[in-house]
Amino acid sequence: MIAAAAVGAILLASVTLYAVLGGADFGGGLWDLLAGGDKRGRAPRELIDDTITPVWEANHVWLVFDLVIFWTAFPHAFADVMTAAALPLWLAVGGIVLRGAGFAFRKEVQSLGLQRLLGATFAFSSLLTPFFMGTVVGAIAAGQIPDGASHASLSTWTGATSLLTGFLFVAACGYLAAVYLIGEAARRGDRRLRVYFTRRAQAAGVVTGALSLATLTELHSSNAQLFGRLTGRALPLVIVAAACGVAVLALLTAGRTRGVRVLAAAGVAAVIWGWGVAQYPVLLPGTGVTLSNAGAPHATLVALIVLFAVVVLIIGPSFALLFALQSRSLLHAGDSGTALAAAASRTRPPSGPPGPPPSIRAAVLALVAAGALVRALTRRRGR
Amino acid sequence: MRFADVVVVAVARTGGQVVPARAQMAATLGFHIILACMGIALPTIVLLAEFIGLRRADEVAMTLARRWSQAMGVLVAVGAVTGTVLSFEMGLLWPGLMRQYGAVLGFPFGVEGLFFFLEAIFTAIYLYGWRRLGGWAHFWTGVPIALSGIFGAMSVIAVNSWMNQPGGFTAQGGRIVSVNPWQVFFNHAAPYEMPHMILAAYMVAGFTVAAVYAVGILRGRRDRYHYTGFAIPFVLAAAVTPVQIYVGDTAARSIASGQPVKFASMEYVAQTARDVPEWLGGVYANGHIYGGLRIPGLDSLLVGFSTRTQVTGWDSVPPSGRPPVVWLIHLCFDVMVGLGFLLLLAGLWALYVWWRRRRLPRSRLFWLLGAVSGVAAIVAMECGWVVTEVGRQPWVVYRLQTTAAAATTNGGVLASLGIIVVLYAVLGAATILILRSLARRWRRAGAPEPEVPYGPPGPQDRAFGRAGT
Repeated sequence: MIAAAAVGAILLASVTLYAVLGGADFGGGLWDLLAGGDKRGRAPRELIDDTITPVWEANHVWLVFDLVIFWTAFPHAFADVMTAAALPLWLAVGGIVLRGAGFAFRKEVQSLGLQRLLGATFAFSSLLTPFFMGTVVGAIAAGQIPDGASHASLSTWTGATSLLTGFLFVAACGYLAAVYLIGEAARRGDRRLRVYFTRRAQAAGVVTGALSLATLTELHSSNAQLFGRLTGRALPLVIVAAACGVAVLALLTAGRTRGVRVLAAAGVAAVIWGWGVAQYPVLLPGTGVTLSNAGAPHATLVALIVLFAVVVLIIGPSFALLFALQSRSLLHAGDSGTALAAAASRTRPPSGPPGPPPSIRAAVLALVAAGALVRALTRRRGR
Repeated sequence: MRFADVVVVAVARTGGQVVPARAQMAATLGFHIILACMGIALPTIVLLAEFIGLRRADEVAMTLARRWSQAMGVLVAVGAVTGTVLSFEMGLLWPGLMRQYGAVLGFPFGVEGLFFFLEAIFTAIYLYGWRRLGGWAHFWTGVPIALSGIFGAMSVIAVNSWMNQPGGFTAQGGRIVSVNPWQVFFNHAAPYEMPHMILAAYMVAGFTVAAVYAVGILRGRRDRYHYTGFAIPFVLAAAVTPVQIYVGDTAARSIASGQPVKFASMEYVAQTARDVPEWLGGVYANGHIYGGLRIPGLDSLLVGFSTRTQVTGWDSVPPSGRPPVVWLIHLCFDVMVGLGFLLLLAGLWALYVWWRRRRLPRSRLFWLLGAVSGVAAIVAMECGWVVTEVGRQPWVVYRLQTTAAAATTNGGVLASLGIIVVLYAVLGAATILILRSLARRWRRAGAPEPEVPYGPPGPQDRAFGRAGT
């Protein structure tokens, strides 16, 4: 039991790391999408591109690690989630492929049209991927994943809680990215971009806070037990999350940037851990599947704990090295091509990735509107 | 690999989602494995070039290392996402496998995660640190990538070999009650599968990179840049080829004893017998072998070093326990072995000319061979995967779980298969186009760069084709 709880905590910690690291990379895609036309969006896109480039693959590995821990420690629950929520997961997979390929390819092509197309692919899929991941997490929280699931159904992940969680994920990614980018802009001494991302961080912070509250309220009807525990034993974490959010907004309004990154990440982490603590020891709410009966024998759990300790010991310093080198500007995108790439970029139209075509922006707005509509409808049906 | 998919779809006998699920797994794995080979072995090739560049102050080798690392950046990014697709597919396509055995085969995947982290982190440092982490410091940031590529491959292959020779756990009433992770990782098939795949990765990456420069040389670009670009990866790949043939031979013998039905399919052994002939080529249908060259007694000789050796045939199990499309398994096996020997020949040719004349061969035929060596290595590796995966059917975990029991019960796999095939076709085409556009850009920029940010300019008077040997 202790081993199962420990691995549960490890899974939650890995999910948290993916959210605060990988999530911000998705958020970068969101701001890339909304940065406007080629000229207006050039500076922020360049900052986003430079910031994400050296780190996104390493951050992305947390997702793979999360999956592995999930299926190794809790194989029954894993199979249930993968079966019942197959459709949004497939869509998230598609988003992951398009995001990674679009981002990696954009910097290697030279024609403006292709850069635009790939940039739009990257940005749009950066929006979809966290949304669909969020709907799956929402479906779990709302108790929509049955034990021994044998088929997928649309209603699993299209409930109000799921959709709200999807939007919450997108907003939280955008919030984290904007806050991190303020720091990046400040480090480069770029006042305009600092203000630019400060405004976006504030807006995203407010939206994220509102969506968090809405999700919490929605849980009251979809999973009363979880709601009760979130306002019960997990209340301290909920308060920490709220306090972090308010502190970030206050600091940003005061024009301060020191410590906001850590506070923003801590706020998101507190939400995740609040969920974990509130749900403990149940793995799939609404079923009898708990941390201890979801599948793995003791030796597997112990092996995972040892493995995680090794990961912390080896990967921790490696990540620290990566981030330290990045924050000292020792890693530079385009360096691998050296003088040649530099020469090529000089002949290129004023660099910085171009914006997506207006049709893509329209599609995003349509998606958001559709989501809101679906949510309104499901809500009415629920009453 | 597309051909194999079509065949798998066309001839598999089971219904439901298992056929499209297998086709999708084959397509995505067949695609990813090429990138995985690049991820495993390309760092070593790049480091070798950088080592030569630093050690001999060789600008050409340095330029090659830098350019290869740029291509590596593209390939690693695509490989990272296609690898993630496979992680999801483990659950989305094979929930039955994960539900039953996730706790057993999960641990090697976890170890793989550790090395995947190291690989991703140090790849970023290496790729984006060219200018500001000069000289040997930069070289050393690449070493963890090469090592984690090897250990990561070992971990993933641990899972696949465990599916061939499952062990290291006990089950009670259909539930896994205890696991020995060490025995799972180092299962009975691991000793040959691990080196076989890692060496295959070195052959694929080495011959593929070398082939690019062989094509350039065939087109008349006979300069030191192209000879060096050919020699570094070619020598590495050619050097591991004989080792690979030895490992493959050992693997075949182990399969003959560990998975006799797979072996019988590889070698057309219908009935258990002594003095079993070896078939080269030939199509098995309706109990007959059409075409093909029959060498009496050779199969028994290869299995047990004596023509008196008894070889188990597929009649040892009922038809429901035999793999489908025996001829596909056999022909893929023959193609893999044949191409392995062709690549060995290319290496021996170069070695002989080097021994006699201290230069690379001048014959046009050699460079044609070099130009196709990359495709040959890739085809051989894909054929090997068809042999081991189709040959294990109808089991996903050998003799413990059928593939049909592992497959998802969800409908619509045909739809995801269609979408993913289109998506991967675009992805593959885009990757190739981008690599080609990089090559064009480099060509326009000229062969060796006029200056290197660090290190003195290298001597230009070294004989063509000498570097890297």
